Amino acid sequence: MKHTLAVLVENRPGVLTHISGLISRRAFNIESIAAGYTEEPDTTRITIVVEGDEIEQEQVVNQLSKLIDVIKISDLTAVESIQRELALIKVKASLETRSDIINIVNIFRASIVDVSRETMVIELSGDETKIDALCQVLEEDHGIIEIARTGKIALSRGPIPAKA
Amino acid sequence: MIMTGAEAIIESLKKENVDVAFGYPGGAVLTLYDALYKANFRHILTKHEQGAVHAADGYARATGKVGVVIATSGPGATNLVTGIATAYMDSIPMVAITGQVAVPLIGRDSFQEADIRGITTPITKHNYLVKTVEELPQALKEAFYIARTGRPGPVVVDIAKDVFAASFDYEYPSEVKLRGYHPVYEGNQTVINQVFEELRSASKPLLFIGGGVNLSDSSSELREFVEQSGFPVITSLMGLGCIPFDHPQFLGMVGMHGTYAANMATTECDLLLGIGVRFDDRVTGLLSDFASKAKIIHFDIDPAEINKNVIAQIRVIGDLNWSLPALIEKIRGVSGELQEQVRPWREKVLGWKQDYPLTYEQGKDLVMPQAVVEKVSQLTQGEAVIVTDVGQNQIWAAQFYGFRHPRRFLTSGGLGTMGYGLPAALGAQCGLPDKKVVLFVGDGGLMMNCQELATLADCDFPVVVLVLNNQTLGMVAQWQRMFYGGRYSHTSLKGHTDFVKLAEAMGVTGLRVTEPAELDNVLAQALATRGPVLVDIRTPETVDVLPMVPAGARLDQMIMGG
Repeated sequence: MKHTLAVLVENRPGVLTHISGLISRRAFNIESIAAGYTEEPDTTRITIVVEGDEIEQEQVVNQLSKLIDVIKISDLTAVESIQRELALIKVKASLETRSDIINIVNIFRASIVDVSRETMVIELSGDETKIDALCQVLEEDHGIIEIARTGKIALSRGPIPAKA
Repeated sequence: MIMTGAEAIIESLKKENVDVAFGYPGGAVLTLYDALYKANFRHILTKHEQGAVHAADGYARATGKVGVVIATSGPGATNLVTGIATAYMDSIPMVAITGQVAVPLIGRDSFQEADIRGITTPITKHNYLVKTVEELPQALKEAFYIARTGRPGPVVVDIAKDVFAASFDYEYPSEVKLRGYHPVYEGNQTVINQVFEELRSASKPLLFIGGGVNLSDSSSELREFVEQSGFPVITSLMGLGCIPFDHPQFLGMVGMHGTYAANMATTECDLLLGIGVRFDDRVTGLLSDFASKAKIIHFDIDPAEINKNVIAQIRVIGDLNWSLPALIEKIRGVSGELQEQVRPWREKVLGWKQDYPLTYEQGKDLVMPQAVVEKVSQLTQGEAVIVTDVGQNQIWAAQFYGFRHPRRFLTSGGLGTMGYGLPAALGAQCGLPDKKVVLFVGDGGLMMNCQELATLADCDFPVVVLVLNNQTLGMVAQWQRMFYGGRYSHTSLKGHTDFVKLAEAMGVTGLRVTEPAELDNVLAQALATRGPVLVDIRTPETVDVLPMVPAGARLDQMIMGG
């Protein structure tokens, strides 16, 4: 089963090396990892999606917790949470196919952020399956040139933050 | 107080009660060595950085203090890697101070630049790269705190060259505030109550003791628990000495080269208390069948050890100096009942101990390595600090020396580092100048760091180096004999090296034993020698370490012998 972990870490040089080093050394099965600043300038929030059974997931949490720079880990799978990913998709688009692509983009509530004579760049945020679905349609009907995805980020619903 | 970064390091070492550093100078640490010189700080110059790091490790194991090693940037730092990994696997408190190239040169593939922080990330408890002198005191304070607290381990502090020379207003922080580091010393009392319930209902309980008891200096608490409970006891390699070898409830070491009684008791027990152990594969054999009839209770200060290898039904997280006394408190009143409750089981396992002792074939014309260990045990009455290298010498020392005290058996258990023994013995002797330090080493492992014989002589450390010289890489050859059709690929060490002359060339007394009749006298002579001494003991080429559980087999599937 997949677990989404919110990992709060010290915003220091080397912290990502420590985390990625641990993940590869312990051969943990990580599906995505996304890092960014938070409301506190000295804290970075890393969202890790890990695949594995309960025992494996316990080891991931325990081993990550051992890192000195890791302040707190919350398993957002256990609570109600909002999970999002951002994707930028560059798709082949000729004069003839543009309008169809615009239709698809509207259906998905995505937006077009760049247009050239041969391509369009589409921006979409949502959960993983929604992005996968858009990519599939675009690939089959028009052809995708490249994709950039951020990996999942997540917040719990309600007033209680992960750091509490 | 205004001073340079280098001076601040010396001051900080003093504040951390460091009285000696092991190391080797070089370009990036010239300023630091200049400060060492001016401060007349005690420093042991080894002949190789690897020697220095193992010496710091041996010092730490023997004394319980943090071992300190200093090396220069690039190759100096990378030469520490094996020693840092060795300390990490066995949870040894150590601070390694490495020089780094100056800040403007970092990241430019400069002369003698290596990213030692990146390199040591998987083998340290934590590490630092210090690029400004202002952050130096805090980094050092944290490094020592992290190295010695919780589950101990090595910490690397990599310091840019210009930081050593920079002046600043030095103040050593009085405390450490780390948001992400809070070792749990006192655990949950309700768990102790649960454990107590299990003890009351078990009919075949077994205490399994590991290096954690050594590291936490809780062996006297452990001994009381053993006395009060009447439970039989086994240890891992790292737990030897936490209970005296001749204790009536002690069954010996468990695992690949464990005793029959210890391995059978593990297989048959219905309650296994793993105390400061990490259920290494050399202990468990086939993991799925390990202690399969038993409930497992795991005592450890590191929560990440729980359920890593073996699934525990009850976890007791905390310092053994908390959990063991708490448990003793619970059982004190029912000690007699507990003793009675497990009597049939105790008698059964002690029967195994009696019926299947560790034995070996006596050599007629040849000096048996096991006999050497037994003789040393007799001559030193179990009071020596025993250091080993890795391989057959290590296991024979573990099996046949009668250990009486914790922190008196120093060996690279987790990483299994050949070349560890000689420098570790050097460090142990440095830390315990009044103790007899005896090293068992093979002819293979000796040559891996034989340069440190010269350091022994230079420092006049009276280490007794006993080379069990079978002219072969004994343990590897044993596996080749057992599992590779006797094809001795590159394990013969027959050559032209004369160990007695090697010792003498480096200023160490050299002795030799070739026949059994000479053994007693020469060993007595070696133990009485002033200053360092090496004895080249010729032993037979093909002797197996037994019993042996082949890798991946069940613990009760031992190859017996002897």
